[in-house]
Amino acid sequence: MSRRPRLGAIALAVTVAALLTACGGDDGDSSAAPSEDAATSETPAAEEAPSGTVTVLAAASLTESFETLADQLQDTYPELEIVYSFGPSSGLVEQVLAGAPADVLATADTKTMDQAVAGGVVDGEPEIFARNTLALAVPAGNPGNVTGLADLANPDLRIAICEPQVPCGGAAQRLLDAAGVTAAPDTLTTDVKEAASLVALGEADAALIYLTDAAAEGDAVETVDVPEADAVVNDYPVAVLSEAANAEGARAVLDAITGEPGRGILTEAGFLEP
Amino acid sequence: MSRTRRSQDLRVPAGLLIPAALGVAILVLPMVGLIVRAPWGDLPSILGSDEVLTALRLSLVTATVSTGVALVCGVPVAWLLARTDLPGRSVLRGLVTVPLVLPPVVGGVALLMVFGRRGLVGGWLYDTFGISLPFTTEAVVLAQVFVAMPFLIVAVEGALRTADRRYEDVAATLGASSWTTFRRVTLPGVAPGVLAGAVLCWARALGEFGATVTFAGSFPGTTRTLPLEAYVAINSGNSDVAIVLSLLMIAVSVTILVGLRDRWIGAA
Repeated sequence: MSRRPRLGAIALAVTVAALLTACGGDDGDSSAAPSEDAATSETPAAEEAPSGTVTVLAAASLTESFETLADQLQDTYPELEIVYSFGPSSGLVEQVLAGAPADVLATADTKTMDQAVAGGVVDGEPEIFARNTLALAVPAGNPGNVTGLADLANPDLRIAICEPQVPCGGAAQRLLDAAGVTAAPDTLTTDVKEAASLVALGEADAALIYLTDAAAEGDAVETVDVPEADAVVNDYPVAVLSEAANAEGARAVLDAITGEPGRGILTEAGFLEP
Repeated sequence: MSRTRRSQDLRVPAGLLIPAALGVAILVLPMVGLIVRAPWGDLPSILGSDEVLTALRLSLVTATVSTGVALVCGVPVAWLLARTDLPGRSVLRGLVTVPLVLPPVVGGVALLMVFGRRGLVGGWLYDTFGISLPFTTEAVVLAQVFVAMPFLIVAVEGALRTADRRYEDVAATLGASSWTTFRRVTLPGVAPGVLAGAVLCWARALGEFGATVTFAGSFPGTTRTLPLEAYVAINSGNSDVAIVLSLLMIAVSVTILVGLRDRWIGAA
C-alpha cells in the first residue's frame, strides 16, 4: 500500500518530463520537413523552389505592406507559406530572445535589431530595406483644430503617443525634442497601430504615428504638415534568424522584402527607399 | 474510519493519474518558470521603483473602488436573480455573467463604442457636459467593474440560494418591510458569501488588463495599472520588470484563492 504514492510520484515526473521534451522538440521541424520532401520530389534536379512555412516577426507598421507582399509571393512560390506576427519591435525582439520559433525578423528601427544581434539570435548582417517618417495624425475633420507639434502640449486635447521604448515612441521623442515641445499625452500605446486606431475612432485628437500608418487608415485620418518631421527618420532592418527552421524559405522572403516586389509595395505604402 | 477512507483515496487508476499530472503541469509549470527566472537580487529595487509603486497604488485604489461599485450594484442584481420570478430571469443571468467568458479586449471595444467620445452614451456625455471617459481613471474603474462584477453576482446569488429563507418569512410576518428584511435579515445571513464574492471581484479587478488597455488606455499614474505595467515592460524589453510584476500578481491571486477555497466551492 505504501508503494502507491511513490508510483504516483514517478508517473508525475515521467509525464512532466515527456511534456517538456514534447514542447521543445516538436515545433521546430514540423513545418519544414514534409513540404521540403514534396518540393524535392517534384523538381529533383532543377533549382529548388523555396517551400514550407516561413514565420516572420515584423513591426506593426509593416502590417499592410507585408500582407500584400505575402499575397504576391504566393503567386511566385505556391509552395511557400508565410505566417506573420506583427507587434512592437521591442516586444518581438524579446520574444525571439526568449526562444520564439521564427525565421525572419523585421523591426522598425536599428536599436531593436541591434538588441537581437547582441543576443546572438540573428544570422548574418541585418539589411536596411525601408525608411519611415512620422506624421501628426488627426481624425477626419480635425475636431481638435490641431495645427502643429505645439498642440501636443495642450492638456485639453486627447493625445496618443507610442511608448518611448518602442521605435515609434523613440522617433516621437526625437521629433518632439527637435521641435522643443513637451507633449502632454493621455495614453502611451505599445505599438503604432494602437495609436492609429485611436485617431481613426476619434478618441484621440492627435497622435504621432508613421506616415505609412496614417495613409493606411484611409479617409478616417488626416495629417497635419510638420516641417520638422523630415529630420527624424527610422531605418527598418530585416534579418534571417539563426534558429530559423526554414532557412531557405527565410532567405527567399528576405530577398523579396529587400528587392522587388518588396520595394515597390513599400514605396506605394509611403515608405522611403533605404 | 478515516484510515479506510484514506487508503481508498490512494488507489488512483493510472488512467486518471497521468492526464491529471499533465493538467497540473500545464497549470503550474508557467508559475514555476517565473520563479526560476525571477531576478531575486533585483527584486527590492524593481518593486521599489517609482513606476511600479505608481502602478501598484493605482491598481489598489481602482480595484477597491471597483469592488465598492460592484457591491452596491451587484448585490441587488444577485438578489433579483435569486429571490424573484422576474420574467426572462435566466436571460438576465446569462447577460450579466457574459463577461466571465468574454475576452476582456472585446469588453474594452464594447465599452469604447458605448462610452467613447463618439460612443452611444459617451457622445452625449461629451456633447452635453464635455465629459470624456477614455484615458481617465474612471474608465479603468468602469472596465474593472464590467469584468469583475459578474464574479460577485455569481457568488452572492449562490449564497442567497443556499440561505435559509425561514428567517425572512418570519421577519415579514412580524411586520418588517421588504427593505428592512433585506437589510436586517437577508444581508447578514449571506455576509460570508458577499465577502467571498467581494474578495474574488477585487482580485479579478486587480488583474484586469484587456478591457482596461482597450478602453482606458495606458498612462502612468492615471490608467496604467500593474498588469499594463507588466505588458509595457515585456514589450519594451524589460523582461525582469515584467517577471517581478507577474510574480507579484500571482502571489496575490494564489493567496486569495487558497484563502477562499472552501467558501468559493461552497458558493458554487
